[in-house]
Amino acid sequence: MSHTDAPPRQPAPPPKSAGDERLLHRSLARRLMGRPELGSVVGAAAVFLFFSIAAEPFLRASSLSTVLYASSTIGIMAVPVALLMIGGEFDLSAGVMVVSSALISSMFSYQMTANTWVGVGVSLLVTLAFGVLNGILLTRTKLPSFIITLGTFFMLTGLNLGFTKLISGTVSTKSIADMEGFDSARALFASHLTIGSVDVQITIVWWIALVAVATWILLRTKVGNWIFAVGGNADAARAVGVPVTRTKIGLYMGVAFAAWISGQHLLFSYDAIQSGDGVGNEFLYIIAAAVGGCLMTGGFGSAFGAAVGAFIFGMTSKGIVYAQWNPDWYKFFLGAMLLLATLLNAWVRKRAEATS
Amino acid sequence: MTALVELRDVSKLYGNIKALEGVSLEVHAGEISCVLGDNGAGKSTLIKIIAGLHQHDAGTFAIEGGETRLGSPREALDRGIATVYQDLAVVPLMPVWRNFFLGSEPTTGVGPFKRLDVRTMRETTRSELLRMGIDLRDVDQPIGTLSGGERQCVAIARAVYFGAKVLVLDEPTAALGVKQSGVVLKYVAAARDAGLGVVLITHNPHHAYLVGDRFVLLKRGTMAGSHLKSEIALEELTRQMAGGSELEQLSHELARTETPEFPGGHRPE
Repeated sequence: MSHTDAPPRQPAPPPKSAGDERLLHRSLARRLMGRPELGSVVGAAAVFLFFSIAAEPFLRASSLSTVLYASSTIGIMAVPVALLMIGGEFDLSAGVMVVSSALISSMFSYQMTANTWVGVGVSLLVTLAFGVLNGILLTRTKLPSFIITLGTFFMLTGLNLGFTKLISGTVSTKSIADMEGFDSARALFASHLTIGSVDVQITIVWWIALVAVATWILLRTKVGNWIFAVGGNADAARAVGVPVTRTKIGLYMGVAFAAWISGQHLLFSYDAIQSGDGVGNEFLYIIAAAVGGCLMTGGFGSAFGAAVGAFIFGMTSKGIVYAQWNPDWYKFFLGAMLLLATLLNAWVRKRAEATS
Repeated sequence: MTALVELRDVSKLYGNIKALEGVSLEVHAGEISCVLGDNGAGKSTLIKIIAGLHQHDAGTFAIEGGETRLGSPREALDRGIATVYQDLAVVPLMPVWRNFFLGSEPTTGVGPFKRLDVRTMRETTRSELLRMGIDLRDVDQPIGTLSGGERQCVAIARAVYFGAKVLVLDEPTAALGVKQSGVVLKYVAAARDAGLGVVLITHNPHHAYLVGDRFVLLKRGTMAGSHLKSEIALEELTRQMAGGSELEQLSHELARTETPEFPGGHRPE
């Protein structure tokens, strides 16, 4: 930016025409560098190339479908978690909330009715209520979201185990496969389509749809503007009339909604649920979002980046299997990838700001 | 001519502490009223009353002749009073055009296809800033990459665009260098020339005197002076501002003594 008669920042401005040409060139480069997902796209390309060479079956269409399925199970949650991180908050309860949602659906159907769809509906309402609870606790107490959701994470973990043992007598739920509506619900949450000769899991469709909707919200709606603002500078946002509290509660409800989709997928792909599952997955979602360029301090990131982050993990987890390595190494790769990607993102951002 | 904003003998109590007592201030269209005072003089309390964050306890507060009592910053905005806070102006990582419209985003389309009118937002940001004399290379750059003075200018242009009649500026030059301060003062003058009434809060009499039409001096919550520009010279304003006799005393205290004693017996070699 320069002013009409204030001195510009560069000591000796070049002639007007030459300056404008340079400006255009630089502006394009910077625009690319300024994209939050650039680092993750480069990383994804590197990982893809690596496994294409190291693991012979990796490039087959069926393998790719498996990789995409693995990516989608993380990706569905990584999208709203990314939005939440852009809004400046964490949700450590996201992993167990998926299992809570599945448990509620399964147990309500089993105990109260004979139709799985009733359970699915009740589960949606209760899971959204968890999201609202997280949001209200956060905005009312003004404690860091790390503490709030660490609390609700342990509470949900305990409730999952406690209620399941109380109701079923064991740590897993009873099968609901013979109930009315099971097949139609499975079609929606856990079926697969056949495209050509390749099986495509329906979660991939859910995932792509969520990324598209989240990107639309983030970049082209008022609410998206507010999400960036509450994460970037909540006080400034409040001062110009942005409903900060409502925006944050809405973001937690977004996480809860995705947890509901993931939970129903979990339930209908098997038919019974282990109540102790889900612990630790919240970190996978956060890692996917961070690798995808979401800033840990909020105000910067993208839904597409989080999707690429999830894709990197899908490739890594399945690539290790195709390369016939011991899958015990998977978590080491996760950690290393997080560090590398975050460093790369920080470097890219610094470069982007330096050239502006 | 009726003043846009007129405070008369306004007082404010926080519990049993008198934060402000008997302060009067007039703001006219196309004029700049400066509020000067040291830290703790009551400047913040005064703008909080005008901005709708606090209500006064005594005296009258009139907007365009009608006595009023503002309940919230939103109400103040709706009545045409926009406040630009020094540290609360913008969201650094967001592009300039998103910051410009934050909280008042124009939309187009209906139902689920209702979306930001991005083209209008970009073009309006560019043209409005240009109108204020700010030639922005790229409205897509994060506003955090602009200098402090430029950010203040964007916040001022924003208030002007959204129909503010009265612009309240909280220490707009406090954290800025000499050159940047000059740039900001230029936009303050531009806002005045656009017909707005401006309240400029500052502790720098030199900046105030450059652009101000009226000066109100605050000291420990009371009004230490109220002058029109024609009635007072810069030297007098600076002297009153610095506390006159206090400054004299300080100069005595700081004066070199004849033979300095070094405690502890250590003398420089």
